[in-house]
Amino acid sequence: MASKVIHALYIDDDVLMDAVKKVRAEHYHIEEVFTPFPVHGLDKAMGLPHTRLAIASFMYGCVGLTVAILMMNFIMIEDWPQDIGGKPSFSYLENMPAFVPIMFELTVFFAAHLMVITFYMRSRLWPFKEAENPDVRTTDDHFLMEVDAGSHDVDTLTSLLSDTGAVEIKVIDKEEDNH
Amino acid sequence: MYTLSNRLRLFSIILMVVGGIGLVSGFLTTPGTVEEVKEMMAAHDAHGGGHGESHAEESGHGDQSHGEATVDEHGGDAHYEHVLHQLQNKPWASLYVAAFFFFMIALGVLAFYAIQFAAQAGWSPVLFRVMEAITAYLVPGGIILFVILALSGFHVNHLFVWADPKVVEHDALIQGKSGWLNGTGFIIRAAIFLGGWLLYRHFAIKYSRLQDEDAAGNKWYKKSFKISAGFLVFFIYTESMMSWDWIMSFDPHWFSTLFGWYVFASLFVSGITTIALITIYLKSKGYMEFVNNSHIHDLAKFMFGISIFWTYLWFSQFMLIWYSNIPEEVTYFITRIEDYKLPFFGMLVMNFIFPLLVLMNSDFKRVNWFVVMAGVVILCGHYIDVYNMIMPATVGESWFIGVSEISAVLLFLGLFLFVVFRALTKAPLLAKGNPYIEESKHFHY
Repeated sequence: MASKVIHALYIDDDVLMDAVKKVRAEHYHIEEVFTPFPVHGLDKAMGLPHTRLAIASFMYGCVGLTVAILMMNFIMIEDWPQDIGGKPSFSYLENMPAFVPIMFELTVFFAAHLMVITFYMRSRLWPFKEAENPDVRTTDDHFLMEVDAGSHDVDTLTSLLSDTGAVEIKVIDKEEDNH
Repeated sequence: MYTLSNRLRLFSIILMVVGGIGLVSGFLTTPGTVEEVKEMMAAHDAHGGGHGESHAEESGHGDQSHGEATVDEHGGDAHYEHVLHQLQNKPWASLYVAAFFFFMIALGVLAFYAIQFAAQAGWSPVLFRVMEAITAYLVPGGIILFVILALSGFHVNHLFVWADPKVVEHDALIQGKSGWLNGTGFIIRAAIFLGGWLLYRHFAIKYSRLQDEDAAGNKWYKKSFKISAGFLVFFIYTESMMSWDWIMSFDPHWFSTLFGWYVFASLFVSGITTIALITIYLKSKGYMEFVNNSHIHDLAKFMFGISIFWTYLWFSQFMLIWYSNIPEEVTYFITRIEDYKLPFFGMLVMNFIFPLLVLMNSDFKRVNWFVVMAGVVILCGHYIDVYNMIMPATVGESWFIGVSEISAVLLFLGLFLFVVFRALTKAPLLAKGNPYIEESKHFHY
């Protein structure tokens, strides 16, 4: 279904932040904002839900910790019992201090790597992916706000956007949603 | 301006009185002779039972050297005499633990305050008056600690074995260290440490108040910045030496090269936690409306982070000693694990696992009651940390948290609350002259 969206370009992140707040106050729907760098507080201003990446990361960390414990219990205690520090107890718990560094490292390793991979997949980023940003200048020094024109009056919306300090406004007919 | 409510004043005075009475009774009820110890232990064994065997072994105690010399001469009574000395030490040791614990909170806040200036931090100036008020405790707390240290250094009590000439006579290792570990040097060093810290505190507060009156050109702020940077250099050396003198020398045969950092982490996290607790208390009373939940969030992040830092240092010290298993080093942890199992491992739960799980979630760090709950557990945990550092060498296996321990904590808690909240009334709660005060008020994360 063809739908109209408006691309408004800004050249300053503070102006952009104020514009986002104003447009949302007028109850327009902001599809997406493309920025050359992360703008602090933009997610809150756009009303995006809080990220669940932290919860995923905690669970990955727990997986890493479990893997470390099971792995070392098998390697150092069961499969080939080791005399650790001259204390041949052959018990995981009694030798635990020696394993703590590995438990810590694998927790961090799993949490960090799986979190990055999750982030890429969730953001639909993978090798040879076509860029989604509609204007190449958003990778340099411009900020682009994509507003859903929907059933609204395009002229009022464009005049609102130019009031907020947009340096360029384009009305685009979108043939398909690339999301 | 904050005004000290009568209820709080009365509460702190009651704490001091109750604590004082309890502590005096703790001193009075210590056994005076070996016979009394025998009676006490007979009564204890009658309903406890089976306690005697573990006492008789005494093997992990080589470095205490209190009873060691007398074992051969007195035979059976030597053990009771050993316990007698431990019980006589107990009220002194509990006084020392509580005095040091509340002093280290104020000292940790002083270091945190200096770091804010040296780093020119923009988020924290709204909390400066709370920090300044907490450091006010350094003056009475430092004087009390100095008196206790002087009494111990000159062997009025038996807290430090190196201060006992009879012990040093038979101990080649302490003799070798007597160039550093002697009463006079001990007191001179304590005076230098305390003098330097109090001097910085005096001028930092003075400049902070003057900056409020005359903010033009930030003249006083720049002075604060300079003395803070200088103080931090002085502090990290003296803090390290302080930890050897005031804590590590309880076990004069044992040493650890990261002990200074370990004690630093403990005092730092206790100090930050106290800032958070007092700020939340003042907010709940309608003061400090300029503190928002982002400030609380940042303090809670520090509580979380420094708790983990503390654990990192604790573990770095423990693992190397546990792994190498060298008798002269590992005896420190063997006494603690054998005789202090509950406080030793309980402290790890309170200082690491609890704050780790409770404060991990970003949203929880903004919920005041969560921060208060975690803070109370962290403070109790670090009290036990200090307890674990001092008690094994002074009272050995005769420990229990009884009247004198609780009374000493109440006494110093009362004094701490009284001094800190009285200091809060001395100046406006907002350091309005600070050049970063606007940034701090609008701090938003």
